Amino acid sequence: MKLTKQEVEHIADLARLSLSEDEIALYREQLSAILDHFARLQAVDTSDVPPTATVLPLRSVMRADEVCQEVSREEILANAPDAEDSCFEVPAVMD
Amino acid sequence: MTLQQLTIHEASERLSAGEFTSVELTQAVVDRIEAIDGDVRAYLSFDADSVLEQARSADRLRSEGAEGALLGIPLAVKDVICTKGVPTTCGSRILEGFVPPYDATVVRHLRAAGAVLLGKTNTDEFAMGSSTENSGYFVTHNPWDLDRVPGGSSGGSAAAVASDACLGALGSDTGGSVRQPAGFCGVVGLKPSYGRVSRYGLVAYASSLDQIGTLAKDVRDAALLLNVIAGHDPRDSTSMDLPVPDYFAALVGGADLGGVRVGVPKEYFIEGMQPAVEQAVRAAASVLENLGAEVCEISLPHTEYALPVYYLIAPAEASANLARYDGVRYGRRVSAADLGTMYRDTRGQGFGAEVKRRIMLGAYALSAGYYDAYYLKAQQVRTLIKADFDRAYEQVDVLLAPTSPTTAFRIGEKVEDPLQMYLADVFTLSMNLAGHCGLSLPCGFDAAGLPIGLQIMGPAFGEPQVLRVANAYEQATEWHTRRPGI
Repeated sequence: MKLTKQEVEHIADLARLSLSEDEIALYREQLSAILDHFARLQAVDTSDVPPTATVLPLRSVMRADEVCQEVSREEILANAPDAEDSCFEVPAVMD
Repeated sequence: MTLQQLTIHEASERLSAGEFTSVELTQAVVDRIEAIDGDVRAYLSFDADSVLEQARSADRLRSEGAEGALLGIPLAVKDVICTKGVPTTCGSRILEGFVPPYDATVVRHLRAAGAVLLGKTNTDEFAMGSSTENSGYFVTHNPWDLDRVPGGSSGGSAAAVASDACLGALGSDTGGSVRQPAGFCGVVGLKPSYGRVSRYGLVAYASSLDQIGTLAKDVRDAALLLNVIAGHDPRDSTSMDLPVPDYFAALVGGADLGGVRVGVPKEYFIEGMQPAVEQAVRAAASVLENLGAEVCEISLPHTEYALPVYYLIAPAEASANLARYDGVRYGRRVSAADLGTMYRDTRGQGFGAEVKRRIMLGAYALSAGYYDAYYLKAQQVRTLIKADFDRAYEQVDVLLAPTSPTTAFRIGEKVEDPLQMYLADVFTLSMNLAGHCGLSLPCGFDAAGLPIGLQIMGPAFGEPQVLRVANAYEQATEWHTRRPGI
């Protein structure tokens, strides 16, 4: 199966990745080849087989609703590409 | 034998006996790094001053009565594990300059044990790769042959241990990334059971598969490291609340393998496999028999599906985990007038090709119209793969297999064909899907002098048995005493 250029562009859009024309062409080839190889999974009989999302028996692990602050605001903002006062600064979120 | 060539257990004994100080030991390792790392390139970051300060501190603590197997021992940490105040890049340009404001739980454990943290080792970007060639910074070279890859993604850690540029190291294993480089570099690489070691502070790649593992010079050292890093962590809701046995103590006097049943999965001997690898692994099975084990052939019928299952589940989970790299809160940002362009350009320019490939593969597998055929199907086949192992462990105690179909390949040999690269992990992937434990240790060398890795695998939380069998094999052979000529 061969992905179309539009499909590759759609996936890149979902993943918020800007790709050059060369990259789109390259990934189109590579992803198609990989997905072709994976088609063999369809041959496996999985009727009545439950999916495994995690191998452990743990579900909904909870903790007490207690505030604990281990890292300061200053430490967190220290890595920000752009910050002002106590906020991360970004281009306008809304038009 | 020079100080940097010592194992952790040897160094620890002799530090306790006062034969030398941690400063002397650490200086020897620092000198070694300065002598060879220009060629091996295992380290992404290394700070000689801070390292000697840590060593002085360890010596001081020892003089005040502190003790412990890792006190004053110089270790390296793969750069996907957060170290407070020390740059952590995950081998990616998108995290260039990122300095974590906290330590991973495993790093906290190492510091509490008084270990000297030498620096951060090179990795395939976000742990995605089998050769460390996907690092956004530079390629690490195999100490046994500098033209060859050290394996991946924990190639930096494996190369550092193999070349005595540390006494041991931490890595991470999602599809074989501790075991395969251990195999290529001739060291011991242990992947604990899923849930054995806290993932808090391990930058997530695939959350249902990732585990922090250890790279070491011998099985006893692997056990010592596991003792320190294992255990429940309230900060990791996927860590199991189970007691941590003394993995090292259990290895004393365990040379007789009478009563131990070893299964050899027939599907792990494939066409295209390097003959020397098959020979060495079969010879290892004989060694175990001579030690009293009962060796038999078993079958893991769904083995051939591990590759597509892994390369659908892991990228799907990765596409979610890597959504956070958007230039907003940390790492590199490509400025733009609008938010959408900022996201797209930051990620498009900040991520390397393999990462982008896997994010897209994952997004596709999860997308509307394809979820059932790809992601759900993969998860169902994962259930069957795990069931194969569970069934095998009703008949045998451990499994024996090659780590990789070949020894270390040449740098550049597989970069053009992603699928070829993925095939390097066919023997390691299944274990992550099942959540089981296992390790790779050296079982021979091929005609070119390259190490051959042997895997010993066990069921979930079966580390004691796996370590015992591995230790018995290791002590009955001399592969682990050989060192690269560098």
